[in-house]
Amino acid sequence: MKKDIFEIGGQILKSRLIVGTGKYKDFKETAKAVKASDASMVTVAVRRVNILDKKKSLLTDYLNPKKIKYLPNTAGCFTADESLRTLRLARELGGWKMVKLEVLGDKKTLYPDMIETLKATKVLVKEGFKVLVYCSDDPLLAKELEYLGACAVMPLASPIGSGQGIQNKINLSIIIKNAKVPIIVDAGIGTPSDAAIAMELGCDGVLVNSAIAKAGNPVLMAESFKNAVISGRQSFQAVRMKKLLYADASSPSRGLI
Amino acid sequence: MAKIQLNGRKLEINNKHSITTLLKKYKINGKKIAVELNGKIINRNKYNLIYIKNKDRIEIVYFIGGG
Repeated sequence: MKKDIFEIGGQILKSRLIVGTGKYKDFKETAKAVKASDASMVTVAVRRVNILDKKKSLLTDYLNPKKIKYLPNTAGCFTADESLRTLRLARELGGWKMVKLEVLGDKKTLYPDMIETLKATKVLVKEGFKVLVYCSDDPLLAKELEYLGACAVMPLASPIGSGQGIQNKINLSIIIKNAKVPIIVDAGIGTPSDAAIAMELGCDGVLVNSAIAKAGNPVLMAESFKNAVISGRQSFQAVRMKKLLYADASSPSRGLI
Repeated sequence: MAKIQLNGRKLEINNKHSITTLLKKYKINGKKIAVELNGKIINRNKYNLIYIKNKDRIEIVYFIGGG
């Protein structure tokens, strides 16, 4: 069998699981969970430094950006301009060009504003960014993002942080079938079995944050996600059996007494 | 004195501050942040060359946990 390589924008990633670093109790727990997940890329947010905080504990002190790839996001941005500003700062901050664009359209659903997302993608690609784009599960818009030069397309499974799992397998399957760039399910994954289903459908990777950070035991859940993503990928490669309408006995009838 | 806005906070500082000394004043490691001055990103090699003026709007950002 051919070696199974996961490549985004020229970058080879060891793991198909990307994890977020938000919502954890503290940086220590974040670092432990990331380690247990075996992810080689983590998403991070760009925020103002609290100038009055004398201690200034930093994420980078717990997760070394030289050892694990940081993928800056634009979480909290509601316009193309806000996202562009954030990612330009992220580029200066981290010194790399791979970023995750998410332009939100609505505070309650955190559903992506696809008009602003398309606008921002165009500018970012022109400025030399390698953009992974959070998007709705609309097959046409997913393809449009690819045309615009997104290096990966990240359709939601269900609303961000909802843990509702994959709500539209058909759309996701169409997106996967049409795509020439990696498809990474982003948002809404609730359990490792959701991640396994995404991988069985043929997704190239999954991005998980809340389902790990908000678990009873985040470190154990991170490990479970690691296994589920590997398992789902193997299942996809192995090609599942055909579904039948009627039963087909597993034991032979020949020699039956 | 210079009246500035730093990370959304209105402050008065000595007008002899460069970005480098401003970072020092707030004990911020210049290697782990990015600076935007009046909407323009400042290359970190220029922190010691740029002086803070009256009415400047400064944003200092870093990476935090996020999904």
